[in-house]
Amino acid sequence: MLTEKIEPQIEALEAVIIRFVGDSGDGMQLTGTQFSDTSAMFGNDIATFPNYPSEIRAPQGSLYGVSGFQVHIGSVEISTPGDNVDLLVAMNPAGLKTNLHAVKPGHTIIVDTDSFTKKNLEKALYESNPLEDGSLENYRVIEVAMTTLTREALKDVEGLENKIITRSKNMFALGMVYWMYDRSTEHTIEFFNKKFKTKPSIIEANSKVLKAGFYFAETLELIPNSYTILPAKMNPGTYRIIMGNTATAWGFLAAAEKSGLELFLGSYPITPATDILHELVKHKHFGVKAFQAEDEIAGISSAIGASFAGDLALTTTSGPGLALKGEALGLAMMVELPLVVVNVQRGGPSTGLPTKTEQSDLLQAMYGRNGESPVIVIAASTPSNCFDYAFEASKLALEHMTPVVLLSDGYIANGSAPWKIKSVKDMPDIKNNKITEVKENWHPYDRNEESLARNWAIPGTEGLEHRIGGLEKDKVTGNVSYVPENHEYMTKIRAEKIKRVQNYIPDITTEFADEGNLLVVGWGGTYGSLHSAVKQLNEEGHTNIGFAHFNYINPLPKNTEALLKKFKKIIVCELNNGQFAKVLRINFSGYKFLQFNKIQGLPFANSELTEKFKNLAK
Amino acid sequence: METTVTKKYTFKDFASDQEVRWCPGCDDYVILRSMQKALPEMGVKKEDVVFISGIGCSSRFPYYMDTYGMHGIHGRAPAIATGVKLANPDLSVWIITGDGDAMAIGGNHFIHLLRRNIDLNIILFNNEIYGLTKGQFSPTSLVGQKTKSSPYGNTQPPFSPGELAIGAQARFFARIGGNTPKEMTDIFIQSEKFKGTALVEILQNCVIFNDGCFTQYTDKAVRADKQLFVEHGKPMIFGKERDKGLVLNGLKLEVVTIGENGITQEDLLVHNAKEQDPTLHQMLVRLEYPLVTGIIRSFDDVTLEEREDDLTAAVKYNSKFVKTDDLFFSGETYEVK
Repeated sequence: MLTEKIEPQIEALEAVIIRFVGDSGDGMQLTGTQFSDTSAMFGNDIATFPNYPSEIRAPQGSLYGVSGFQVHIGSVEISTPGDNVDLLVAMNPAGLKTNLHAVKPGHTIIVDTDSFTKKNLEKALYESNPLEDGSLENYRVIEVAMTTLTREALKDVEGLENKIITRSKNMFALGMVYWMYDRSTEHTIEFFNKKFKTKPSIIEANSKVLKAGFYFAETLELIPNSYTILPAKMNPGTYRIIMGNTATAWGFLAAAEKSGLELFLGSYPITPATDILHELVKHKHFGVKAFQAEDEIAGISSAIGASFAGDLALTTTSGPGLALKGEALGLAMMVELPLVVVNVQRGGPSTGLPTKTEQSDLLQAMYGRNGESPVIVIAASTPSNCFDYAFEASKLALEHMTPVVLLSDGYIANGSAPWKIKSVKDMPDIKNNKITEVKENWHPYDRNEESLARNWAIPGTEGLEHRIGGLEKDKVTGNVSYVPENHEYMTKIRAEKIKRVQNYIPDITTEFADEGNLLVVGWGGTYGSLHSAVKQLNEEGHTNIGFAHFNYINPLPKNTEALLKKFKKIIVCELNNGQFAKVLRINFSGYKFLQFNKIQGLPFANSELTEKFKNLAK
Repeated sequence: METTVTKKYTFKDFASDQEVRWCPGCDDYVILRSMQKALPEMGVKKEDVVFISGIGCSSRFPYYMDTYGMHGIHGRAPAIATGVKLANPDLSVWIITGDGDAMAIGGNHFIHLLRRNIDLNIILFNNEIYGLTKGQFSPTSLVGQKTKSSPYGNTQPPFSPGELAIGAQARFFARIGGNTPKEMTDIFIQSEKFKGTALVEILQNCVIFNDGCFTQYTDKAVRADKQLFVEHGKPMIFGKERDKGLVLNGLKLEVVTIGENGITQEDLLVHNAKEQDPTLHQMLVRLEYPLVTGIIRSFDDVTLEEREDDLTAAVKYNSKFVKTDDLFFSGETYEVK
């Protein structure tokens, strides 16, 4: 523990990682969000990640009830929320115990000493008080009696319940951290004014405590260092901080406006996908029809109905929900209607790890249906590009008359990052295959010669009455057909339709090296981790390592093989047991695909990646 | 749905070019023909009519109608139809389902559809058996019924569709024998006129796997004596001689004979299908003698679409967002130069 007096000094850092932890009722998510928003407004690049238990209010002080929020801010490009932290703010012993391993040796821990009571220590399974037993001597520990100081700050505010007073202590911590990183409290005070408009006493309490923390840190000579993070160099434009799930929802809003169709969402709540439903239900002003169904199957089935009736239709879910939707997804594939299925992946199998991240639904998305049942599969790779891929999923579904599975995951869905706002007018056009006029000899399964998309005749259109369904259809008339050759023909044409999507998607590109010893391959939400690891190695002189990240999984980009050829070794990195590696092996049998897999419900850590890549690239 | 139709249709306009492939003698033919006759009388445009079905013998129905249609997957027709109707409330949407499709695999969707009261129609072909899979017991099969999957007799007590539906807040419930096309046609027309979810249970004989399951009520020789066909505002009277009727005795319905014990027609219950309280409707549904047919319940209530429309209009009126740009550039944005 640091006891000697250190002169405060402002040190400029490139990046810093901070983690706020406490009880699930301690307001850590709010504290973290405020810090990251304030930093983004200051001009930093940021990436955040919340980490909370699946219990809503786990028993107070328990190890499994710890809620955390990590934020990575920088004056340089930030692509992940980071691994080990420079500063841990622990509001209780359980938070300290479960997060200590993540603090870089020699770095700072702020604790609320008031919470280190005998009872709380026991709940955190501490045999002795870590603040006293010397177990923290490798860290700079700042001990603050936050609860007492919060009470003190609020002693003159009348009419406050005890509960509100103790709950405000997170703002004391935030105030301290603002001062330490040279941030203003202004944004947060503005936030209080808006959020608690009708409760002036709460505004007053929170603002007072925030400022008390700020001034406390300023006058406290024990603060070892004060850091500042300069604004990052980012492309000019208007930005906002956006969460992956919000970006996904907004991508669909944009696609609906661009395509001129109404948006229909059929959904059933499931972690971690529910925030997309929460977001879209707000937007009735855009004519969004968001329907909370009785179950996952009704979610997708209602979307199929809406698609039949001419809406841009989607359903949102997570792993177990996709399993339930399988049969209906097969129907959508068979009737060749446009439909987007968002799967925000979580730890599986079965109920698995609902609040943790994983990429283990790739094969389910590809093959999880009866019969020969190909669909388009694409994946978003950052919180902000969830917007682009939601838009793209809609565009592909409408233009190719097929279901599209859009894969996201808990990591990017709950993570947030700056988004350079896109206006719908700058997005690509979306065509659709609707027909409105009766043509001689018209059939519902008449196809576009190039894309093989069938035409889309909407109920309400005179003269185009027709029937579709899950039974096999005659290739010309669309009527039910059991003719053996027809079934084979239709099976192949449905596969060919998906394969031809290759002609409409961009080539895959490599970053850092176009050829060399090692190609690092990833897909989906691991982009940030893999990108920053390869970038770091590149800067350290390992210029023979290239990086290719896939957003288009089925079909794969046309030039995939040409790119694989240029590297001696290929390693496929995934948060599963090797699913994309399997897909690549099926498609490119002549190559050896090494694997790097992690199945812990956690993102890749930078150090484990760089070590592995360095050795392979030798 | 209120649309002005200038075109005059006949039943032929609603028959598709597909050969009908039900078993000879199946009541499904009667239902199909009744529907094709009812549609021209409804005042809806042909292109606005959509039939959605699940899986089972009944669910082939949409293929035989020259309207829009989707043959869906087992049990999910209510969910698919919900999407169709919410996407375009101007459509006349019909769900075609059977006892297994609606109440076994699709039970969840069935009850929630009724609860929500979306303005569409459900035609439930109840034959108390699984036909398409060749003769297993269904959720409406009787206890003791011997089927392919209950060779020693069924041990699972059945649902009564009307009882289940009204329990799930159905606002409209009608029941009709599969061999009475005239009444059936009229009920189809009435169900389309009704604003809300209208459920029509058809007692449909399966000639192959459950032949005669409703004969005791539907056979021409006994029909008048065994069935009470109720009509809103009319006394509950039945019998070949029109001399039997229903009265309420305490908490039970009782069959009485006009002219006996001083009973006159004035003493009989008068059917009020529009009553909100479903108690008497439930009693009518449960009655075994006489079997009550006709429109048993028809309570006007707000539909889901009306609630949604009102809410959307209010949100739109109060919102500052017209285009997505308004949303994307609102709130906490910042400039990078």
